[in-house]
Formats: sequence, C-alpha cells, structure tokens
Amino acid sequence: MATEFEIRGLKSSIEGKEILKGIDLNIKGGEVHAIMGPNGTGKSTLASALMGHPKYEVTDGTVTLNGEDVLEMAVDERARAGLFLAMQYPSEITGVTNADFLRSAINARREEGNEISLIKFIRQMEKKMKELEMNPEFMHRYLNEGFSGGEKKRNEILQMMLLEPKLVILDEIDSGLDIDALRIVAEGVNAMRAEDRGFLIITHYQRLLNYITPDHVHVMMQGRIVKSGGPELAQRLEAEGYDWVKEELGIVDETVGQA
Amino acid sequence: MSTPTTSFGRDAAAAIARSKNEPDWLVAWREEAGELATQLDLPKPEKLPLTRWTLDQYGAYRPGRAVASKADLPAAISALLPEEDSGTLIVQHNSSVIYTQLSDELKAQGVILTSLEDATRNHEELLRKHFMTAYARDEHKLAAVHAALWNGGVFLYVPRNVTIETPIQALLFADDAEATFMPHILVIAESNSRVAFVEQVASSLDAATSTLLHNSAVEVFAKSGAIVRYAAVHQMDASAIDIAYRRAILDSDARIEWIVGDLHNGNSITDTKSVLKGNGSTSDSKIISVGTGNQRMSLTTQAVHFGRSTESNMITRAVMKEEATAIINGVTKIEKGATKANGQQTEKVLMLSPKARGDANPILLIDEDDVKAGHAASVGQVNADQVYYLMSRGISRKEAERLIIHGFLDPVVSEIPLKGLREQLHRILERKLG
Repeated sequence: MATEFEIRGLKSSIEGKEILKGIDLNIKGGEVHAIMGPNGTGKSTLASALMGHPKYEVTDGTVTLNGEDVLEMAVDERARAGLFLAMQYPSEITGVTNADFLRSAINARREEGNEISLIKFIRQMEKKMKELEMNPEFMHRYLNEGFSGGEKKRNEILQMMLLEPKLVILDEIDSGLDIDALRIVAEGVNAMRAEDRGFLIITHYQRLLNYITPDHVHVMMQGRIVKSGGPELAQRLEAEGYDWVKEELGIVDETVGQA
Repeated sequence: MSTPTTSFGRDAAAAIARSKNEPDWLVAWREEAGELATQLDLPKPEKLPLTRWTLDQYGAYRPGRAVASKADLPAAISALLPEEDSGTLIVQHNSSVIYTQLSDELKAQGVILTSLEDATRNHEELLRKHFMTAYARDEHKLAAVHAALWNGGVFLYVPRNVTIETPIQALLFADDAEATFMPHILVIAESNSRVAFVEQVASSLDAATSTLLHNSAVEVFAKSGAIVRYAAVHQMDASAIDIAYRRAILDSDARIEWIVGDLHNGNSITDTKSVLKGNGSTSDSKIISVGTGNQRMSLTTQAVHFGRSTESNMITRAVMKEEATAIINGVTKIEKGATKANGQQTEKVLMLSPKARGDANPILLIDEDDVKAGHAASVGQVNADQVYYLMSRGISRKEAERLIIHGFLDPVVSEIPLKGLREQLHRILERKLG
C-alpha cells in the first residue's frame, strides 16, 4: 500500500499552554515536505507531538498513517507502525551499546523466534556506517555517549537507514553539522527516498534543502502552517528571510507559547 | 563441637583452633581474638543500625569433603564454575578448602596458591608478616570474631616480576547454615608482579532456620609496581548475612582495581578500602549492587592517600527495588603530605520503587592543600527521556527500561575479567532485576 500520512487539525499543549493551534498536512509516499520557520514557532513541538513525547498533550485533531490512528498508539507502537523521528537532541544512554540498541529495535519489529541473526545484523550495520563515514568503533560505544553533535546526527540517520520507516521526520538534523557532515547526512536521506516513504524535514535553514530537494515547503508561525509552496519558497526565504511573510500576513510576533 | 557457637570468647576460640591442630602461635592468637570479641563493640555503619541483625550465630566447624580432582566436586559447586577452565582454582565448601588447582608452570615460577589454613603451617613467616595487618582484629567486634574463627581461606603469593595471564579463581560456597563460613583471602603481590583474582561467594541453603553468617575478609598487599585486579561477585540466599571487609595496601607505583558485584540477596555490610601508602600508587574501585525484597545494605568504598601523586577513583552504582535499603558511603581521605594526590568518587543510585531507599554519602577528608578531589552523587529514577528515545525506535517500554537498568550497571559488569563469570553475572542480574 502506498504510504499516506494525514494530519488534520492537530492541536497540542505543553504544561497547559497551547503550542500547536491546528496543523493540517498530507504527506504521500515518495514526497519530501519541508517545514521551515524561525525559532519558537512550534516546529519541534509538531515533531514531538507526532512521535508521542509524554510531555506534549494532544488536545484536538487526528493523525493517521495509512488509515491507522496514530494518536491512539503508544510511542513504540507508532515506531513499529512506520514512524521515525530523527531527534534534535538524542538521549545518551550509558551501558547500552549502539549495536545492542539497534538490534533490539530491529527485533522489536520481528516475530519472536524470527530475530535477525547477529552476523547479518553486524554486516548491515557495518555497511550503513560505512556509507555515513562513521568510525566502525561507534558500533560498540555506548549509545550517543561522548558523541559530538555531528556524530549524534549521523547516528540518527544510521538508525533511520536500518529501521526503514514509512514516514521519516527529521527535526533540525542539520543543526550543528559542518558542510561535509551535512552532505553525508543528506546523501543518506536521499538514498532512502522511495515511493513508499514520506519525509517531513524540519529546519531553520535552507542550506539542507540544497542537498535534499523538497516537493513542498511550508512555513510555520504561531503554531500554524501559514504559507505553503514549492522549492522556490525555500529559496526566497533563504534570500529574503521571514519578514516578508510576516508582513504579508500581518504577523508581528511569529513565536508561540514562549512567554 | 557440632553445636553452633552462640556464646563465645577466649576459650571457645582456642578450643576450636586446637581441635583443628593449628600451630601454637595461631591457637594463642585466636585466643586473644576471642577475648577481643567479647570486649569490642559492633561496627556502626552510617545510618544503618545493626541492632536487629543476627550477628551472634557463628555456626560450628563443619569442613567440606576434600576432593582430588575437579570432576569430583559436588554438583552444586561445579554448576557455579564458569565453563572455561582457567587452570587455577581454589574451592572452599562450608568451613574448609576442598580443592586447589595450580598449574605446574605457575608453581615453577614460585607462585603459591593454598588454603590459608595450610599457609599457617607451611608459609608461616610470609603469612604472619601480612595477615590481618590491613584489617586489624581490634577494629571492631566483627573483625575480632573473624580473627578468632576464620576458616579455609585463600593464600596467594605472586613472586616479583611474575605476570599471571589468566585470572586466579576462588569459589567460596556454603550449603549448611549451621557451618562456620568465614573465609579470609590473603593476596601478596611482590614488586612488579601482575595478577587478576576472581572471587565468587555463593550459597544454597534450603529454608534454613539458622542465619548463615559469612564474616569474611580480603587483604591485598601490592608491593612496588605490582598491579592487582580483584573481582568479586557475592550472591547468597536471603537468609544469609554477608560481611565483607576488603583492604588493599599499596606500595610505590602499585595499583589495585576492585571490580565488585555486591549482589547478595540478604543483609550485607561491605567495606572496600584502598590505602595508597607509596608514592605514585593508584586505586580504582567499581562496585555494583542490586537491592531487592527488604534487604538492608551498607556499601562503603574508601581511599586513603598517604603517598605523593597518588590517585584514587571510586564508583558505586546501585539499583534499588521493592523495599530494599542501601546506604552508600564513599570516603576519600587525603593525609597531610600526600601532595599532588587526586581522589575522585561517584555514587549513583537508581530507584525502581517508591518504598526503596538509597542514600549516597560522599565524604571528603582533606588534610593537604596541594591536591585534587571531587565527588558526584545522584539518586534518581529511570530517565523518562531515555525511555522515550528507546521507545521511539519501536522498543517496548518494558524492554527499554530493562536496557537502561542493565546499562546502568554495565560499566562495572563489562570489566569482570573472566568471560564465564561475566555471563554468570548477567544471569544473576537478570534474576535480581526481574
């Protein structure tokens, strides 16, 4: 079945304060959507609410992945249904090696008794790490512990590649990356583009979109999508900033819930 | 002689020693210790009153049956041995050592591995120079009782410049709650020697009515430049009490690494202390514990710096479940004159139940200006962001928590020098963590 991800009227609050004020978005397999916007406009909240972070309460709206109600699912069920969020600040977990963690994640998608063989898993992981130009040593390091910002981001992409999700959300995957790392990460994402896989890329900057060409670009302000367009919208934002959008829409303060 | 000792003193200590045909000096020495035991008070572990602990049932001398080959060891003991044969093994069963195996190669290099009881006869001079000098019999009542009644035990002597590649393995096992079970382990590592020692303490007591008191001690003497790695895993039945005083005395440039799994299922007091006497000596202590049921534990690590440029590092990590209590003390003491010393300690407690208790008490006692010292302590629950992160990859909440809890202890588990024992430790943790 072709992937179809639908967000309808999504509202979400953190500690009683409403951040998302009604988001509508439709992402089909094969499409790359970019959400751009200044800091504090609710972009990362959208990512966290979709994944089911316990701090974010969804107060209204629906989210479906191939017709299945995502909001009814626990975080791990969402992941197994095909959702993947590359996080802005991945956790560090002492004592759990990268390899053990990823193998557990893969096996969580497989029937008991049908676990991936160790050899096969190691081979896959080695191959993907090579593509991402990661030091093979990182396989046996504790999860994200002592990783630099850029190493953590590559590790997120590594997980995406091994878990083969249907709908990928990249939350500021480009922040803290130098130009080489950015290129490697983008190549990783491009290699994963497929007919049955949709992408939602959240970013401040257009530079990532030089490497990953989006089909649709959305601007987020005040917890809403205020403008949508094609790749040319991203280029104009890069060249002229966000002020013209604010002017056009009569927005003075684009942020939400920061007070 | 077969009735468990409850009233105890000078005469009782001497009588037991005589019945075992111990050398005269030891009979006299035990007699004095028995006297001390009647005079001294129990130790007073921080925030953990011992008043309701059964510490006065010492059991009777009940030796195990000596065997000539490893194949003849009782099944309960064989089951505890890691599969790989390290070639070097000593086994205590209840009140005596029943098996000792040391390779000809190590014998030829002058390595000695015997029961401590044998060593009192055959290596008297060496033994008396060290035995109970790091852990003195007049420290407190438990030390005096140990001195008066210790049995079996291990004597390991590593001559200078000798390196022992595979760990020396000791298994101390009790299956009779009425037996006196008080091993003493003495390790002497001469200059520039290297050795790893792995100690397992286990029991199999069925619905015992008596309280088995494992009143044990370890003394390690690392002479200049020697490196000793000492791993211990304790796991006895809940009805037993585990007392383990561990001491290391370090000469110049010597090093001790303690890797300890205090995983006993009942009440316990452990105290692991490194005395950095010589300049440039270093110590590293890593201790893990899991508290379950309503067990009470006092876990102390200590480093005492006398030498210049000495370094100590101590890490204790404990997972507390159900209604268990652990008082975790870290004491870094830097004496006057120990310039350029560096003492660091960390205590971390993971609480899995609202009724569990875990206290972390870092204590720094510094009498010298030109030093570095630091401590970190934390008591907390499983981190919700970590759980979310793992779940966001499809891992169930239960499995995520399991990974995080085991991971919390892994920095110590992964250091255990014997693969088989490491796997066994994983199984113990699997069981204790449920």
